[in-house]
Amino acid sequence: MRNLKNNIRFSGLLIVFTASLFTSFCGLGGGNGASSKSGGAWITPRYMDEVYAFMSGGYSGQVSINGIPSGRIIKQIPVFSVFPENGYGFDEETKGLLMTSQGFLPWDDSHHPVLSLTNGMQDGRWLFINANNTPRIARIDLDWFETKEIIEIPNSAGNHGSPYITENSDYVFAATRFSVPIPQRDIPIESMSKGEFNGTITMVKLDKDGHMSIDLQVRVPAFHYDKSGCGKAVSKDWCFFTSYNTEQAWKMMEAEASQNDKDYILAFNWKVAQGCISKAKTVPGVHYRNYHPENQPAISEKRTTVKMIDAKDCPGSVYYLPTPKSPHGVDVSPDGELIVGSGKLSAQIAVHSFSKLQKAINDKGAIEKTIDGVPVLKYEATLYGEVQKKEKEAGKDYLCLGPLHTEFDNKGRAYTSCFLSNNIMVWDRKTLDVIEGLQTWYNIGHLSVVGGNTVKPYGKYVIGLDKQAKDRMLPVGPELHHLVQLYDISGDKGVFLNEFPTIGEPHYAQMAPAELLAKKSKKFYNLKDNKHPHATLTEDKARVERKGKEVHAYVTATLTHFKPDKIEVKKGDTVYFHVTNLTQEYDMPHGFAVYGAEFPNLLVMPGQTKSAMWKADNVGVYPFYCTDFCSALHQEMQNYIRVSP
Amino acid sequence: MKKISKLSIIIIFAFLLSVSCKKEGIGIGPVESVELGEAIDDAKVEKGAATFKLKCTPCHKITVKHVGPVLKDVTTRRKPEWIMNMILNPEEMIAKDPTAKKLLLENNMMKMVRTGISQDEARDILELFRKVDEGKELPDYIKKLDETPKPPETAEQPAAEKK
Ligand code: HEC
Ligand SMILES: [Cu+2]
Repeated sequence: MRNLKNNIRFSGLLIVFTASLFTSFCGLGGGNGASSKSGGAWITPRYMDEVYAFMSGGYSGQVSINGIPSGRIIKQIPVFSVFPENGYGFDEETKGLLMTSQGFLPWDDSHHPVLSLTNGMQDGRWLFINANNTPRIARIDLDWFETKEIIEIPNSAGNHGSPYITENSDYVFAATRFSVPIPQRDIPIESMSKGEFNGTITMVKLDKDGHMSIDLQVRVPAFHYDKSGCGKAVSKDWCFFTSYNTEQAWKMMEAEASQNDKDYILAFNWKVAQGCISKAKTVPGVHYRNYHPENQPAISEKRTTVKMIDAKDCPGSVYYLPTPKSPHGVDVSPDGELIVGSGKLSAQIAVHSFSKLQKAINDKGAIEKTIDGVPVLKYEATLYGEVQKKEKEAGKDYLCLGPLHTEFDNKGRAYTSCFLSNNIMVWDRKTLDVIEGLQTWYNIGHLSVVGGNTVKPYGKYVIGLDKQAKDRMLPVGPELHHLVQLYDISGDKGVFLNEFPTIGEPHYAQMAPAELLAKKSKKFYNLKDNKHPHATLTEDKARVERKGKEVHAYVTATLTHFKPDKIEVKKGDTVYFHVTNLTQEYDMPHGFAVYGAEFPNLLVMPGQTKSAMWKADNVGVYPFYCTDFCSALHQEMQNYIRVSP
Repeated sequence: MKKISKLSIIIIFAFLLSVSCKKEGIGIGPVESVELGEAIDDAKVEKGAATFKLKCTPCHKITVKHVGPVLKDVTTRRKPEWIMNMILNPEEMIAKDPTAKKLLLENNMMKMVRTGISQDEARDILELFRKVDEGKELPDYIKKLDETPKPPETAEQPAAEKK
């Protein structure tokens, strides 16, 4: 006990020390980084973290979960990429989740995790995340922490502005990052500049069980659409999408697409668009919707059409708000009134006002021009103000270069990540006055406050998601890790607490208080509810069945043996192993591997059934064994399969 | 004065009684007391044997040592509540109950695990154990619980090896 106390005291000191070192090293000064109300990032063994952080895995295609404030990695949830650790994407149950119009895809690039909402608050039901490369949205169930559904978005390319969600989880959205010919056809690439390409905004409807279907695609001018954020409270019927390359360049975009000093935020009234569904045309749009029912093989459904309408044919649904310059994030304040555009090539953060937007759309004089029938509103007509650099103290610039993304806390403050100046700018939502800058290391991309996109943020912590953070961790060859930096924002000044490397490249993260999720996390699959068509619910049913050249081995696993005792097949057979774990205990998974298998480890949770296919190509006797250390007799958990000529 | 001391004696006595009444050796789990009938309830025994066959034979036989210990005479070794708690809550039992802890050491450190049966089903199995321990001739369906099931007919056994 005394030891523990000492430990806590020691770590507290350590953090104060580190924090003060950090602030002085970063030249920020002024900060009273000397105390941390949360008691620091050190978690006494056995005590659990306060917050779940869901991080996108970027080019790993997955989601990882870290505990906050400790930063410990708790789990990787496989989503858009196969995962040898537990057989995801290889086993017969989850293969179907990765089916697309382009066939089975073993990989994608995942960007933005978004938690489901009820009345603008996190409800702990689901986490959504987009696949950027081959456009899709996945739904992860937060009882099981497993991917349960993936829907493909047709007529899109680079699903980046996705999957932002409405206040009551009516819709998740998708916007094309890259404009392309819609429908796809063979035309000169140069015709991009002649407006022959298009973008789409896709409304993906959620039913009460979270099932996804495409309600409508709205065809919009051929810009590149980047990120989005949905309204809340007063602005709950709206979602906002940033755009860049309003120059419509098709090559050398870093120069040619960065000419205009303002691009646009696309303001989208989804309630109005919903009213246009009946007017929309049915057009080709092959896409898959894959669903993984509890403890059963995934079901892949192919759909061939979608409803589509041009923005100009649904008046009142789309407006453009000029915003400096190539804005990346667009984020709406908790009260729904401020729409913050972070212009990544500018030194300003432009803040639009929702009430001014409401006035402007009814005022002919506020319209600057139209693009393909979409009204462009005058900058001043919707502007609330700009967060500018500010001389806070003599000789110290609080400068935000390359603002990317903004979230909000529970104390009236906004936090903007500044990619070029390597800091987080903290500013007052009312006055737009800068309060302080928090130094990051380095190349900060997105940031995340606990509940930072809700109507009542939890606050307390902000994390910065940094890119290629060299010189902070031991070097391990040319490939760099990415880094997360954690700050306690419960006091007057932000205090640096902790930093830790991540899996893949976390583009964005959302954080939820542990109390929302920890209690309802499932512990095992109930055998009584196991409806898997190949389940073997008792040991006496373990058996081997032949159907022509196909053999089905119904295998049971319990501590610490498999049944049947032996499996005998013929050369040339295709063997399906269907393994059911008969245990009904929280911590008793079993694994399954067989010599020469092309599938990796099958990790079978208690009460779960998983299947994998094996080709009996060579005559002989081959072992299969449990890959998950399950007991002192785990090494004995092994049988043989015999392949006869 | 006298009255008060009498009362306090009664209270103290009642308290001592209640303490000594607290059962020992009932293990840890959902079951605090079990009512046993005078006679054995054969309907329960039959249901218990069916559940035992499905859920327990992976690790137990009745009169023969298998993965877990021999279960014959378990009702004389243990209290009925202890048996049911062991069936329903093995993880905690093995971790905390001194008798169960010792069993773990005697069984190659093999852990008994929960099989997902209900309290009623556990009660049926207890009745099966009582029947076994009655010492009378056992019906066939109970004797069969000791048999090792034949390895299943496999998909393609070489004909020469088929018996
Ligand atoms: C995975 C194997 C396994 C399964 C399944 C299993 N047991 Fe056990 N059982 C054991 C082991 C091993 C022990 C000894 C304690 C230990 O090591 O955990 C044991 C101990 C017991 C004991 C205590 C025996 C004594 O001598 O006091 C009882 C009673 C018992 N089991 C009943 C059951 C019943 C009834 C079932 C079915 C519902 C069952 N067990 C299922 C492995 C198992
Ligand atoms: Cu095992």
